[in-house]
Formats: sequence, structure tokens, C-alpha cells
Amino acid sequence: MTASTETGHPNVLAKAVREGLFAGVISFFMFLLFVGIETYQDINNALVWRTRWGLLAIFVAVAAVGRFLTVGFIKPHLDQRKLAKAKSGVLEISESKSFFHRHFLKIALIFLVLYPFLSLMIVGKQGSLKYVDNFGIQILIYVMLAWGLNIVVGLAGLLDLGYVAFYAVGAYSYALLSSYFGFSFWLLLPMSGILAALWGVILGFPVLRLRGDYLAIVTLAFGEIIRLVLINWTDVTKGTFGISGIAKASFFGIWSFDTGTANNFVRAWGLSASSVYYKVFLFYIILALCMLTAYVTIQLRRMPIGRAWEALREDEIACRSLGINTVTTKLTAFATGAMFGGFAGAFFATRQGFVSPESFVFLESAVILAIVVLGGMGSLTGIAIAAMVMVGGTEVLREMSFLKVVFGPDFTPELYRMLLFGLAMIIVMLFKPRGFVGSREPTAFLKERRAVSGSFTKEGHG
Amino acid sequence: MALGTTTMTNDTILKVEHLSMKFGGLMAINDLSLEARRGEITALIGPNGAGKTTVFNCITGFYKPTMGMLTLQRRDGKEFLLERLRDFEIPKLAGVARTFQNIRLFSGLTVLENLLVAQHNALMKASGYTLLGLLGFPTYRRAVDASIEKAKYWLDKADLTDRADDPAGDLPYGAQRRLEIARAMCTNPELLCLDEPAAGLNPRESAALNTLLHQIRDEGVSILLIEHDMSVVMQISDHVVVLEYGQKISDGSPDHVKNDPRVIAAYLGVEDDEVEEVIAIELEGGNH
Amino acid sequence: MEYFIQQLINGLTLGSIYGLVAIGYTMVYGIIGMINFAHGDIFMLGGFAALIVFLIATSFFAGIPVALLLLLMLLVGMLMTGLWNWTIERVAYRPLRGSFRLAPLITAIGMSIVLSNFIQVTQGPRNKPIPPMVTDVFHLGAITVSLKQVLIVVITAVLLFAFWYIVNKTPLGRAQRATEQDRKMAALLGVDVDRTISITFIMGAALAAVAGGMYLMYYGVASFNDGFIPGVKAFTAAVLGGIGSLPGAVLGGLLIGLIESLWSAYFSIAYKDVATFAILAFVLIFKPTGILGRPEVEKV
Repeated sequence: MTASTETGHPNVLAKAVREGLFAGVISFFMFLLFVGIETYQDINNALVWRTRWGLLAIFVAVAAVGRFLTVGFIKPHLDQRKLAKAKSGVLEISESKSFFHRHFLKIALIFLVLYPFLSLMIVGKQGSLKYVDNFGIQILIYVMLAWGLNIVVGLAGLLDLGYVAFYAVGAYSYALLSSYFGFSFWLLLPMSGILAALWGVILGFPVLRLRGDYLAIVTLAFGEIIRLVLINWTDVTKGTFGISGIAKASFFGIWSFDTGTANNFVRAWGLSASSVYYKVFLFYIILALCMLTAYVTIQLRRMPIGRAWEALREDEIACRSLGINTVTTKLTAFATGAMFGGFAGAFFATRQGFVSPESFVFLESAVILAIVVLGGMGSLTGIAIAAMVMVGGTEVLREMSFLKVVFGPDFTPELYRMLLFGLAMIIVMLFKPRGFVGSREPTAFLKERRAVSGSFTKEGHG
Repeated sequence: MALGTTTMTNDTILKVEHLSMKFGGLMAINDLSLEARRGEITALIGPNGAGKTTVFNCITGFYKPTMGMLTLQRRDGKEFLLERLRDFEIPKLAGVARTFQNIRLFSGLTVLENLLVAQHNALMKASGYTLLGLLGFPTYRRAVDASIEKAKYWLDKADLTDRADDPAGDLPYGAQRRLEIARAMCTNPELLCLDEPAAGLNPRESAALNTLLHQIRDEGVSILLIEHDMSVVMQISDHVVVLEYGQKISDGSPDHVKNDPRVIAAYLGVEDDEVEEVIAIELEGGNH
Repeated sequence: MEYFIQQLINGLTLGSIYGLVAIGYTMVYGIIGMINFAHGDIFMLGGFAALIVFLIATSFFAGIPVALLLLLMLLVGMLMTGLWNWTIERVAYRPLRGSFRLAPLITAIGMSIVLSNFIQVTQGPRNKPIPPMVTDVFHLGAITVSLKQVLIVVITAVLLFAFWYIVNKTPLGRAQRATEQDRKMAALLGVDVDRTISITFIMGAALAAVAGGMYLMYYGVASFNDGFIPGVKAFTAAVLGGIGSLPGAVLGGLLIGLIESLWSAYFSIAYKDVATFAILAFVLIFKPTGILGRPEVEKV
């Protein structure tokens, strides 16, 4: 510990003051127009403006004080900790992991299976709606989507910015086929997946020889094309109005969740009418779909095809020199990822009962990709945690009505949802550029399975 | 050098005829013909920029030659025109494997995984293109065991068994070179093309490499190699081809090539008229 | 024929705006190899800065000459977005330089979300209309050319020339090109790489701000959402022209503008964006590095 890194050292403090002031000046000019001035429409609908010096002062103060604290205290503290760590040599992995650590996956799975019952027990039927639907189902949909995209981006290293297209294909396949032909959910679920995979092959085939960022932009373009077609092909898709009244999933045809039917689930079991049973049922469907995705991913990673995906991410030219057909390998990754997107889409359609192009904007692709990267590419656990933190976190924000007490009755926390989501994306990346779980589990071993540090794995360029 | 139990045949494994490669206006290879014989180590040498790597890239399908024919004959007599195959079909169908001048390993995969990826096509077939494998068919399980055995075999040959579970990117340079060769061998090649395998190795690693190459040859695999290090070339190759400015200037046994005045001139950089002088003297000497 | 020329002029106007924004994408990509997803939102910030300056200036000086007003709007916008982009690069991109390739892409997407939501929160989600600033129109036979179209094309041309001059004829431009070729080597030879990259971000932002200001003048409305669609189109333009190539960005911008207006005129306005993206996909499939991009040689 040298004197210069010590907290409170005059040099550090002087520097912190300087940097704080600098940040204050910079932020004053940055926020001068956008925060200091408010534009609004008056009674005549003409645009006028007024000043908000108080708010501007708060912004500037936060920036200056934040920078001062970071430079003066937080950074020296972090440096010190890093130094102490390096000195004591805690680098070796601790052998005696806690019980919780070793059985983390089992515990998590048991918790998920019991989750609806726990929620029913603790907050009752009405309260559970929110916890099962907004938290449980919502997060699991993103987990599934992110795990599906993980095959493309995390394993095969293909940057796909239009993944939401396959989600849309799945959702519209279910919505259209069920409303035009009346097919059941259980028939259409696999069909939606297959259709999405087919689209993955159709879109993938011409573009997979593109590399890196070119592939990214073309996939983004395809995502937008599919959305625009959904908007404009009004004869079939009903355009921006969307398709409503999509059939609910039934309990494998035995019991229905539509009210008034003879085999109604609630009536058959003599329960009091509530929509919570359907939500719980949906929760288990998406949980099962997630488990299927995870199982297939884990199995495929150990198969030659999965290894070829990862090899492709590491070095495409070397793959070709070993006789691997990189085009079909990429296509299978693309199609497999698309298939899971399609499953998720069909589920989404039956859960909402309504689909419209609004749900399949680029932002969704970005959010899913962000979850994959924030979680740590290739790591199922990391991705699930990232989905929980990012999606769950923004959902929690909806619930924070107590903030109204602090910020006044006009305060709507939802408005800040995406703002905070974006900030969280930046902050997590700055501190953990390789995501929550940066290491990679090898798929085969001779003597012992040791995780591969993230510094060796590549992120692909195609 | 002992040739082991394999029978040394004199038939040709690779025949390059009138190969030309043009990059824009630059003639990188100009009407080159050469042969590599089965069971031999053939070295391709020449000054920097002579077009050696370009020849390699044509043989292994990374470049499509402007003109010429590349014929590969497998042990069972099947012939392949390499210039007509796609790059990944050359290792898959024709049995040609290669390494790279700047090592290309799957650095985030373990050493063992690198060797398993190399057996992709065999395993893919055994897994019924993934479907049977997912269902856990016994034929696939047996194929997996066999693939691990093969990987172990080459790990042993390349002296990498202790590092099998480490990421490939973590190995020292010499070990990475050996791993790249072991990985190429896991594709069951009949012709192994090595692009400067000894570059950057220390003398001990270089010696280990020579042993490995001899073992590979003794298994009946033919080797074509590019090398700068003359001592390596002279020690291990059976046949040397010298290139300069995309053209062949000499072809023969190491001893023959070593004394070829054109080669000496190319390496020492003598003026053209001096070369003619040297050749003239040589011819005179021959006449005596 | 007149109709065609009319559409050509409209396309040229729109294309100029896309081209200016595309330069920012292409420069940043050229110099640090990163898709700056937030660049479209920088364009939007430029538009908002111009909007606010317009409101303030017109309420204090009612009879302010339009030329001066426009100059003021664009200048303040340039300063403002330059400052923002400089800060963004410092805070969100620089710490990740040289690390995992996807990390800066994710922070850039995050930044894009932050910027558009920041404006939504601070300025409100509604469209912000302003009264028309430039209304003069010239008639050349059956063809109508508005003064604002002329202004956009002329301002773009002037800026492009200035920009071309900076990149090709000044020490700063040389430093930029050197950094683009080989960052480490440039640093070894005494180029201040950090400063060069910062200046590149500022320059890109300034061009985007001008585009944003002109977009506001042309359409007379600004919205927090404005960053996305024009941003994606400008990025498409950069890729179409060959990302990393400055003339390519301009060419791509003009092409996108022309495709859009001609498609709307002759086929269907609803599918104009589909046409743009489909043409992008086609061009890339047959010429994977764009029209003027250097072909990527696979080094084996």
C-alpha cells in the first residue's frame, strides 16, 4: 500500500476536487439545454419553454459530487482491495464451496417449481397474479429467448441483432394458424418452432458468409423487414391493430381454461373462479420450455455439432482446415436458435391473447442480446441471472409507488424503466465486460474438469 | 533414418501441374509443377515472398488457383482434383490436413476439445447427424470412446497428455505448434501440410518437432512442409523443392538442392549475370 | 419526367441528411472498429438542441433573421452534441477499449436507450412541432424546389468539403488516418491516440447535429424517438457505401435517400423501408464489404 493510493491523501483529495469541479462544469453545459430548459405546449398548442434551474443544479451537483467521491474515495478503495487481493494471493479457487454454492442449480430449480405455490400461500390468489405473471412468466420468457440467442451469439459467435424476428414468426404463426384454422396450442407450439427455424434457414442461408458487423446489420435489417411486413400486410396480419382473441392453451386437451366450457379446469376441480390457475399453468409451460432449451443446449454442446459451433466462434478458418462445413454449421446454429425463439413466440401469443408488431421492435432484440452478453456469453446460469436482474429489476420499478411520496404525485416510475435499464447495461459492462459468468465449462475432459477463463475464449467475428 | 514397418512406395500422392495464381496484376505463382511422393517428407523452400504459402493455400483450398491442376491420389487409388473441391472438402474427402504459419488453435477450448473438434466429420456421422446422438445410441457412444482414444494417442505423441484439460491458449508456443499438428493428425490425413512448423521454436522444441514429424511419416502419412530453417529442412526432408518469384528453380534430394548454384544464388542474392557465371562454371566443371 | 426529377430532388435532400449522419458511424467504425449505436440518438440530441435554441431565440428576438437563427441553431447543436459525444466516449467506451468486442457494442446500445429515454423524461414524450422557418419555393417548370431543400444540399456540400479537407490535408486528419490503420503503431510514433479518437467522436457528433438541425427545419417536428429510424438508415447507408469509407458513407446516404423517395413515389410508401433494407441485404450478399469498402482479405 503506497501512500498515493491511501484514502484521504491530500494529492488524491486535490485531484478529486479538481475532477469533481471539472465534471460539474461539463455536466452544466451538457444539461443546460435539455434539463435547464423545459419545452411544453401551451393552451394554444404552441411550443413554449420555461427554465428549470433547480433541477439543473441537482444534475450538476450529482455529477460533481459523484465524480469527487469516485476519484477521491471509491477508486482508491477499489485499488487497495485489488492490491490486497494480489498480495494475499486469493487467486486459487477455494475448494470448500458452501452448500448453497454446490447445489445452486438444484435449489434454484426446486424454488422455481414451488414458486407459484409459495406465492399463492403468501399473497393469496389475487396477489399471486402479479407475482406469477409479471415476474415469473415475464422473466422466464426472457430467459428462454436469451438462451435461444445464446446458441447463436454465445456458442457460434454469430452476432444476430434481429433475433426478435423469429420470436415474431413464432407468435404470428400461432396467432394466425389458431385463429384461421383453430389448431390447438399443443399442435402449433412445435409448428411455430419449426416455422421459425425454417425462416432462420431462409434468412440465414444468403447472409451467413458475411462477417462480423455486416452480419449484424443484415440481421437487424431482416428483423425490421419482418416487422414492417407485419405492419403493412394488413389483409393477413391486421397491421398495427394486431390479432386479438388468440386461443388459450388447454391442459393437453383434457381441461380448458376458457370460461363456460364443459371441461373447464376450475369447474372440473371444483375451485372458485380465478384467472390465477391459468397463469400458474402458463408458468409451468414456460418453465418446461426453458428447461427444454437448457437441456438441449447442454446436450448439444457435448455433441460434435455443438463443439463445432464453439470452434467456429474461436477460429473459422481453422474449422475449415479440419473439414468442417462452416456454412451448414452456422445454419444449424441459426436454425436452432430461431426454433427456440419460435417456441417462445408461440407461448407469448397464447399468454397475451394478443399480438401486434409493437412487441417485436428492435429494442427487444437489443434487450435479449444485452441479457446474453451481461450474463456471460455461453453461460446458461449467468444468462438466467442477468434476465432476472434486468427484467425483474425493471418490473420491480413498476411497483415502487412509494416513490410518489418522495418525488410527488406526478412521478411515474415506469417512465424511468428503460432509462434505468440502459444505465444498468452500461454499468454492468463497465465493471464486468465479460458478463456475470465469464468462464467456460469444457465439454470433455481427461482427468479433471476445469473452467476455462474468459480471457482465452473468443467472441467470434461472424 | 529408419522407415519403420510401413512400406515405402514410390507412387505420387500429390501432383501439381502448371499451377498459376494471380493477385490482381501480381503473378504470385507462375506455371509451377511439382510432385510429392507418398510416405516422404517433401519440403518447399525459397526466399520470402517466393509464393510458398500461396502454393499451400491453393492445395488446401483457401485460394482458387488461376490456372493449373492439383491431383491428389489416395491410398485406395481414388483421385481428387483439389482445385475443384471446396475448402472444407479437401480435408474431409481428399485427406489433406494443414497447419498455419501463425498458429490457429481454438484457444478457448481445452487441448482435448481441440482434438475432438478435429474428428468432427467422423463423430457427426456416428451421431446420425446429432439425432441418434441426442438419443444416446450405443454406436455413438462407442464412436465417442474411440475419438477420445485417438485424441489420447496423439496427445501422447505430441507430449501434451499432462495439459489435456488446459485451454489451448494457455500452452507455451512450442506446445501450441505440436498441438496444431496433433489436431491436424486427428482428421486422419494422408497428406499433412505444415506451414513453417519450426518457426519460433527453441532448439529443444525444434528437436521434439523433428521426432514428431518422423513418427508421423513412419505411420505412412506423407508430409509437405514449408520451412525457413535450413537445418530442419536438410535434416528431415526426403525431397526438396525450391521456389523463387513463384517459379521452381530446383527440385531434388536435399544434397542436390544444397549444391544447386541457382539455389545458392537465390539465397545469397547474387546478381543475375553472376548466376549465369556460376552456372557456366558449374557446367564447365561438369564437362571436365 | 418532371415527377422523376422532383423525386430525385427530394431523395437528394433526404440522402444528404443520412449521409451526414452516416459519416459519424463510419468514422467511429474506422477508427475503433465499433458500431456506435448511440450515434442516431446524438443526431436526435442535435435536433432537440436546435429546437430549444429556436424557441429561446424567437421568444427573445422576435424578428431575428432566419439565416442567423439557423446558424445559431446549428452551431449550438454542434457544440452541444460534441460535448455529449466526447463525454459518452470517455465514460462508456474508452474504459472498454481493447477488451471484449461485444462489450462496447452493448454499452453503445445501452447509451442509445439512455439518451432517448433521457429526452423523453426531461422533455416529454410528445412530438414537438415548430412553426415553419423557411418557406420560400422556386418553380422550375413543373418542378418545385424549396429553399430548405437547397439549403440542406448546400450546407451538406460545404460541410463535406470542410470535412474532406480536415481528414486529408491537416495533421489532425493524418493522425486520424494513422490511428485507423494501426492504433499501436500510431501511438508509438507519437500520435495522441486518445485525443484523436475523442476528436473523431466530436467531429462525428457535430455533423450529426447539423443533420439533426436540418431534419428539424425540414420536417418542423422533433421527437425523442427520432434517433432510431434515421439512425438505422444512416448506419445502413454507411454499410452500403462500405463502412470505414468516407466517400462511401456519403454515397450510401444519397443512395438510401434516392431509393426511399423513388420507391415511395413509384411503388408503395408503406414498403419504402422494406425496400431500403432489402437492397442493403442484396448489396451485401453480392458485395459483402459494401460499394466502396476495401475488400476484406482473409489472411490465412
